[in-house]
Amino acid sequence: MSTTETGSDTGARSPGADEAAEATERAETAEASSALSTAPGEEKLNVPALGVIGWARWFWRQLTSMRVALILLFLLSLGAIPGSVIPQTSVDSVKVEQFKEKHELLTPVYEKLQLFDVYTSVWFSAIYILLFISLVGCIVPRTWQFVGQLRSRPPRAPRRLDRMPAYTTWHTDADPEQVLGAARTMLKRKRFRVNAEGNAVTSEKGYLREAGNLLFHIALIVLLLAFAAGQLWKAEGNKLIIQGDGFANTLTQYDDFRSGSLFTADDLDNFGFTLKDFHARFEKTGPQKGSARDYRADISYWEGDGKEKDTTVKVNEPLRSGDAKVYLMAHGFAPVVTVKDGKGDVAFRGPVAFLQQDTNLTASGVVKVTDYRDAKGRKDQLGFQGFFVPTYAPGSGSMFSQWPELKNPVMFLTAYHGDLGLDYGAAQNVYQLDTENLKQFKKKDGSPLAQKLVPGDTMKLPDGAGSLKFEGVKEWANFQISHEVGNGWALGGAMTAIAGLAGSLFIQRRRVWVRAVRGADGRTVVEMAGLARSESAKLPEELGDLAYTLQSSAPTAPAPAPEPEAGTEAESAPEEPETASASQDGDENGDQDGDGTASQPETGESRGDTADTRSSRGERQ
Amino acid sequence: MNIAAATNENLAQISNYLIYSAMAVYALAFIGHIAEWVFGSRSKVARTAAALGRGRGAGAEASASVPEQPAVQVREGGTTTMERPKVVTRSAPGARADVPDGPGAAAGDEQGDMYGRIAISLTTLGFLFHVAGVLTRSFSVQRAPWANMYEFSTAFSMCIVGAYLLLLVLKKKVRWIGLPLITTVLLDLGLATTVLYTESDQLVPALHSYWLWIHVSLAIVCGALFYLGFVATLLYLFRDPYEAKLERGDKPGKFATSVMERLPSAASLDKFAYRINAAVFPFWTFTIVAGAIWAGDAWGRYWGWDPKEVWSFITWVAYACYLHARATVGWKGRKAATLALIAFACFLFNYYGVNIFFNGKHSYSGL
Ligand code: HEM
Repeated sequence: MSTTETGSDTGARSPGADEAAEATERAETAEASSALSTAPGEEKLNVPALGVIGWARWFWRQLTSMRVALILLFLLSLGAIPGSVIPQTSVDSVKVEQFKEKHELLTPVYEKLQLFDVYTSVWFSAIYILLFISLVGCIVPRTWQFVGQLRSRPPRAPRRLDRMPAYTTWHTDADPEQVLGAARTMLKRKRFRVNAEGNAVTSEKGYLREAGNLLFHIALIVLLLAFAAGQLWKAEGNKLIIQGDGFANTLTQYDDFRSGSLFTADDLDNFGFTLKDFHARFEKTGPQKGSARDYRADISYWEGDGKEKDTTVKVNEPLRSGDAKVYLMAHGFAPVVTVKDGKGDVAFRGPVAFLQQDTNLTASGVVKVTDYRDAKGRKDQLGFQGFFVPTYAPGSGSMFSQWPELKNPVMFLTAYHGDLGLDYGAAQNVYQLDTENLKQFKKKDGSPLAQKLVPGDTMKLPDGAGSLKFEGVKEWANFQISHEVGNGWALGGAMTAIAGLAGSLFIQRRRVWVRAVRGADGRTVVEMAGLARSESAKLPEELGDLAYTLQSSAPTAPAPAPEPEAGTEAESAPEEPETASASQDGDENGDQDGDGTASQPETGESRGDTADTRSSRGERQ
Repeated sequence: MNIAAATNENLAQISNYLIYSAMAVYALAFIGHIAEWVFGSRSKVARTAAALGRGRGAGAEASASVPEQPAVQVREGGTTTMERPKVVTRSAPGARADVPDGPGAAAGDEQGDMYGRIAISLTTLGFLFHVAGVLTRSFSVQRAPWANMYEFSTAFSMCIVGAYLLLLVLKKKVRWIGLPLITTVLLDLGLATTVLYTESDQLVPALHSYWLWIHVSLAIVCGALFYLGFVATLLYLFRDPYEAKLERGDKPGKFATSVMERLPSAASLDKFAYRINAAVFPFWTFTIVAGAIWAGDAWGRYWGWDPKEVWSFITWVAYACYLHARATVGWKGRKAATLALIAFACFLFNYYGVNIFFNGKHSYSGL
C-alpha cells in the first residue's frame, strides 16, 4: 500500500533508496511466507554443469518446473484442435473415407502426421505423457514437502510485522504474556496451528488448500490411468436382433467387433438376451414431424445363473451386466418371407432385416436363399434385392416412405439366381447382393422381373422357378454391446479431482502473527499481521475479526501522545494517520469484492461523511 | 390432445413476446447506461495518477484529501468502547502501488448517477420479462428450456443478467460492468431471435434424461460467470497499460483518461476476474464430468472425442493454463490475462462454433 509510504516520505526518497527498501521488503516477505506452499520455485534456464548427470538433472528440473507444465498444458489444448476439425477414424470412419476421396493431395500428408487419429497419435501421446511425467515429478516432492510442513511448526514471526500485507496494532494495559496467552487460545480455538516463540505467536491455517491441490493432481493421474486402461481393455460390438431372436455374449455372435490391444475373448461377460418387442414413438406434428421421440426395446435376459429376467432398454438407459453395457442404437423392419423352390418345397422362411436408408425408414435389403432347387430339380441359389417402405403413399409416385411407422407397408423386389458367392468362405455383407455371378429373372417381354408386394402377396418366379410370399413384418433392433473397464476409477478420479480443486481454489492458506511487547511508557503494544498465499481481500477482514476478538482480552488503551514515544516506537507511531488512510483503501477493496462489509463499513461511512463524501458516494453502488 | 397442443403453441407465442419485451427494456437500459457514461464524463477525476505519486496536475484533488485524514481520529475514545481495529493492507512488494478504484461510470455526477440507476432498474425489469419468457418456453415444451441454440442463448443471457443483478444485490461493486453486459445481452438476444430461432419442440430420445437439467444448466451458468470474468479481464487489459503509462509519467489521451479513470483499478479488475474464473473452474470441471456420465449412458462411451467434447476439454485445459500461469512467477498480469481471454474464446467457440461448423453427436442446435 504505497499510500502508506507516499503520504509520508516519497518525496524524500531517491529512486535508489526505493529499490533498496523494496529489496529488503521483498526478502522479508519471502522469509515470512517461506513454506507457505509447496509450489516449486521458478528457476532460470541456467546452463547446467557439463556431464551427463548434470544434463539429466537439468532436464528433469526443467520438465518438472511450473513453466514447462504450463507450456505442455498449452500444447495439449492446441494439439486437441485438429481432431475436431479433421474427421477421426475413431469417431466416424465413413467420414474419413469420404474426406480421403475428396482430398487427394492432403491425405498422404495428414496420414503421415496421423491427423486422422489425433488422440492416439505419437505426437499427442508424447504431449500428455510428458505432461504426466512432469506431473508425477512435481507431485511426489511436493507431497513430501507438505508432509514435512505438517510435521514441523510454523516458522517464527518476521521482525517487522507492519511490512506484511495486512497489519493492525493497538496499545493495551494488559500484560504481554497475558495477551500472547489469549492470542494462543483464540487462534487454537479457530483451528490455527500455533507456534509461540519469544514475544510472538505464529499461527497458520488452511492446509486443506495444499492438500486439495495435491489431491487434485493425483486424481488427474488416476483419471488418466483409468482412461488408458479403458482404451486398452475395451471391446465393443454390434448385434442386430429381430423380434423373437436372441443373443449370447460370445465373439461369434457379433455382427462386428472391435477391441483394445489387451482385450481377450475371455474378458467377455457371460450373459445373453432375447428381443421380445420394440416400441417407437414419433413426433406427429410440427417442424420436426417424424423425429423419433422415444425408443424402447423389451427384452428378457439371463446372466451367469441362467435365470430369465424381463427389462426394458431405452436410449439413455442401457442394460448393465458386469463390465458390459447393452445400448439400444437403432431399429428397423424385417419383412417375413417364405420362399418356395421349383418343387413347391419351402426353401427359406423367416424375417429378413432391411436396413434404414432415410429418416422415414425407407429400407433396403436382400433375401438370400442357398438351399434351393429350380424347376428341374437342379441345385441353384436365389437372391432377392429391393426396398421396404413402412408407409407407402400410392398417389405420390414416390418409392420413399412417408412415415417411420407401419401404416401401409410395401416391398419392392427383383429376383436373381445363380452363384451368391457364399461358398468361397470370404466374408460377405449379408445386406448386399453380389450380382457378378447372378442372372436376373426376366419377364416374358424380356424386361427385368420386379414386383410391388403388400403383406400376403406372392411373387411368382417365371417358368415355375418358385415363389416368394410376403408374410408379414417384424421389427428389429440394433444393439451395441460395450465392455468397459476402469469406468469406476475414472469416475472416482474425476470426483476426487473436483473435491481437491474445490479445496485448492476456495480455501486460503494463511499465517497470522501476534506480537506483544512492553513499550517505553509501560503499556503493551500489540501487533497483529496476516499473510496469505495469494493476495486476498478476506485476509484483512479475518485479521480484523481476530483482532476484535483478541481485544476482549486486551482492551485498547488510548494511544500515548506521539512525542514521548518517538524513540522506541519510531516505526509504528508515525504511521498512524496513514493507517487511517490505508484502512479506507482496504475498505474500498473489501467492498469491491464485497467481503469487506462485515468488518469495516462503519469506518467507510464515517469517513465518507467527514473526509471524502464525493468519492465514497460515487463508489458505493 | 389438440387443446393441449394449442395451449402449448399459445405459450410459445407468449414466450416470444416476453423475450421481445425484455429486449425492448434492455435497449432502454442500454441508453440509460450510455447517458450515465456521457454525463459521467463531465466530472474530472484523476485519482490514479495521484495515487501513483507521479501524477502531474491531476493530483490536486487526491492530495487535498490526504491532509483531511487526521481529522478522523481513529483511536479517539478507544479506551472503553470496543471499536473494531483498523487493518492496514499493503500490496506485495514489487507490485504496483495501490491504486484506488475509479468511481464508476457516473463518476459522482448526479445526473449520470440517476441515469445509471434508471438503467439498473430497467435491467431488473427486463430480467423479469426475460425469466418469464424462458419459463413460458419451458412450459410450452414441458421440459428444460435449453435444448437448441435459441434456447441456450436466451438462457445464457438470462444467467448473465441474473449473475450481475445478484452481485449487485450482494453489494459487490460490479456496476461498472453494466454497459458491456447489456450490450452483450442485446447482441445475444438479437442473434437468438433472428438467426438461431427454432420453434418450440420436443426432444430427440438421447436428450431425454435428467442429465439435461444438470449438465446443460451448469454449462450455461458457468458460461455466464466466465463471461463476467472475461469482461473484467478485457477491461484489465486496457486499464493496466493505462496505469503503467501514468506510472512512467506519461500522459494518456483525454478520452482514455476519462474512461479509464472511472473503471476499477487494474488490481481490482484482475482480482475480480481471477476470483470468478477460479470459482467457476471446479464447476466447469463438474459440467464436463456430468456430460461424460451422460454420454456413457446415451452413446455407450463416456468420452469419444466428439467435437463438443474436444472443445470442452480445450476450454478446460485453457482455464487450467490461466490458473497455472497466475501461480507461475513471470506469467502473472497481462500474460495470464491473455490466457484467460483465449480460454473464454474457446468457451464461446464451443458454444457457437462447434454447433454451427461441426457435425457431431451434439448436433441439436436446431439450425
Ligand atoms: C494435467 C495437467 C494439469 C492441470 C489440469 C492442472 C491444474 C491445476 C489447477 C487448476 C491448479 C490450481 C491453481 C490455483 O491454485 O490457482 C493447479 C495448481 C498447481 N499445479 Fe497444476 N495442473 C496440471 C499439471 C501440473 C503439473 C505437471 C505441475 C508440475 C510441474 C503442476 C503444478 C502445480 C502447482 C505447483 C500448483 C499450485 C500453485 C499454487 O499453489 O498456487 N500442475 N494446477
